[in-house]
Amino acid sequence: MSGTAIVVTSGKGGVGKTTAAANIGAGLAMSGPSVALVDADIGLRNLDLVLGLENRIVYDLVNVVEGACDVQKALIRHKHIDNLSLLPAAQSRDKSAVTPDQMKALTLSLKESFDFVILDCPAGIEQGFKNAISGADRAIVVTTPEMSAVRDADRIIGMLESEQVRDPWLIVNRIRPDMVKRHDMMNVDDLIEFLKVELLGVVPDDESIIISTNRGVPAVMEERSRAGQAFRDIAARIMGNDVPIAAMLEPDDWLGRFAKWLGISRG
Amino acid sequence: MMEFLARLFGRVETETSRECAKNRLRLVLVQDRATLSPQVMEQLKSELIEVISRYLDIDEGDMRVELDTSDSSVALVASIPVKEVKRESAGAF
Ligand SMILES: Nc1ncnc2c1ncn2[C@@H]1O[C@H](COP(=O)(O)OP(=O)(O)O)[C@@H](O)[C@H]1O
Ligand SMILES: [Mg+2]
Repeated sequence: MSGTAIVVTSGKGGVGKTTAAANIGAGLAMSGPSVALVDADIGLRNLDLVLGLENRIVYDLVNVVEGACDVQKALIRHKHIDNLSLLPAAQSRDKSAVTPDQMKALTLSLKESFDFVILDCPAGIEQGFKNAISGADRAIVVTTPEMSAVRDADRIIGMLESEQVRDPWLIVNRIRPDMVKRHDMMNVDDLIEFLKVELLGVVPDDESIIISTNRGVPAVMEERSRAGQAFRDIAARIMGNDVPIAAMLEPDDWLGRFAKWLGISRG
Repeated sequence: MMEFLARLFGRVETETSRECAKNRLRLVLVQDRATLSPQVMEQLKSELIEVISRYLDIDEGDMRVELDTSDSSVALVASIPVKEVKRESAGAF
């Protein structure tokens, strides 16, 4: 078997890479394929927390790369989603503990036993980034609708291109439809116009992300979470399904919910 | 209050913060994208030297080539000190 390796990256920190990686991984696994989530943010491990697996870590990525343990032994199976596994980052080491060639070999070996390998990339454009993308077949660039995030995304898209990771997908995270509506936030079309990449999905700014991270249960597992729905749609698109994007762009105010309840859509 | 009234009656066109962000970002991205990697820059330089020295005797040590992005546009600015115009270049036409 040879699966697909997808790196989740952004340039800027705090825009939602780890959140996206966890939810996309869980979302894909929930619909069937086997998924390995790799925390490539060495020294700043977080993916374990979002997945609620922080208490099960015995070995980590650096142990595997250094040959101290077998990759199968280091992988942690998710509590509720059987076909989802996590390879945690080392916490007491730094980015220089791993080379791009080692990461490439690791990614290749995971692709032999999983349908999808999702890599959570650290912020920045230095070694950690180069490590994370070295074995990736595709990239997802996460941005928020803010100038600094878009600027950094633009750099990352350029760097991905020169590293031969072509045609990245874009996720616009933390969109606030109310602010977009009053022209106080750039909209999704604005961002596409600048970045000129294919849109994979739009995720609203949503409290449920914080609540689900608190509980260690990815938002995709919460039926009623709007952000969770956005990530379920994204997972479906990665699997090649044609899911429309528009739904997330309406303000989620009481009027909107009331209208939805009545079954009317606002123009 | 006056501004509000003026806006209400469509007198002043105030730029929304979205438009402001777009305009600023447009300029910043033009500048960000106008960088060549050091290797490409070196290659450009050495090819320039190759072509120019066919006609002029130049001082490679003091040659400067850079992308200038100080305005809203990008320019390739080269400063190449000439030691001597080659005799065959001067007379040839
Ligand atoms: N769609 C969202 N709505 C609300 N909060 C979000 C959303 N996406 C991310 N966050 C929050 O933003 C913070 C940074 O997210 P994280 O995924 O850790 O970013 P990164 O990995 O890019 O540094 C976290 O506290 C996370 O809960
Ligand atoms: Mg992160």
